[in-house]
Amino acid sequence: MGSAPWSDGRRDAVYLGDAVERAVKILIVGHFAVGKTTLVGALSEIPPLRTEEIMTQAGAAVDDLAGVGGKDTTTVAMDFGRLTLNPRLVLYMFGAPGQRRFQRLWRDMAYGALGALVLADPRRLDASFSVMDMVEEHGLPYAVAVNRFDGTPAFDTDALRTALDLLAETPLVVCDARDRASAGAALITLVQYLLTRAAKEHP
Amino acid sequence: MTAPRRDSDLVRPYVVTGGRAHARIPFDLVSLVVAAGDTPPRGMDPGTGPEKRRLMALCRGGALSVAEIAAHLALPVGVTKVLLSDLTDSGHIITRSPAPPTDRPDIQLLQEVLDGLRALV
Repeated sequence: MGSAPWSDGRRDAVYLGDAVERAVKILIVGHFAVGKTTLVGALSEIPPLRTEEIMTQAGAAVDDLAGVGGKDTTTVAMDFGRLTLNPRLVLYMFGAPGQRRFQRLWRDMAYGALGALVLADPRRLDASFSVMDMVEEHGLPYAVAVNRFDGTPAFDTDALRTALDLLAETPLVVCDARDRASAGAALITLVQYLLTRAAKEHP
Repeated sequence: MTAPRRDSDLVRPYVVTGGRAHARIPFDLVSLVVAAGDTPPRGMDPGTGPEKRRLMALCRGGALSVAEIAAHLALPVGVTKVLLSDLTDSGHIITRSPAPPTDRPDIQLLQEVLDGLRALV
């Protein structure tokens, strides 16, 4: 915990530091109410923000505003947060809805993203399959973080891996999305994996 | 006098952008933009709409991502991109960091992210 030394302790400062020249993004994905916004909020240096995008009900043409106002449009919200990693580099974490109908939104969010952290509820593992499918379809490498909710019985991570049908290389961690250190450890696991993967592909 | 209006009103986006649905410049959610340094507060065309004025007022404070601008102004991301594109063309907005490259993976960048996270959390 604590503020970055270059941010003058202003954890709630609106603007980026003057020297920030590059931004990267990581998606935090999962089904409804799995804790995406909680995790983003635990790590973000700013209060989590929400943007809305307008979509047709079919999710076909998010940024085609011509039909806006009609009955066939809806909005989808993305919650996101920010973490200044060093004076030049900032990380944005986008909480992404898992619904398949938000394909266009997903393309926008996934473009250039480093990877995704799939947040899963051990009591609702089946709900995570479609989310993992979406991540894979968009070509994003990912790690799975099982959110440990209060009252959840202890579980066996090997059994979880089997239940989720994960590749041997896909990391799986257990975390408490409310806890900054725990949420941070999950994100670190993801980035370590991304680095290992990148080193393998481009030695 | 204009009556207070709801920012999330869905009827307005098409009007706000002058009927255009797409931004000419391909902004990403995490493109970083800032007001051009030599833009005086009143250096805008008298016909400039209130959304562009609000956007400029926000961006004069410092650099922000496209997603943050959309959130602070309570405008849809698509609309925000169109406004930013216009304001770039008119010289009011500068992109500090363009859309992220798609040629993943970048080992040096990932190491920098990892080091940053380890130091912070």
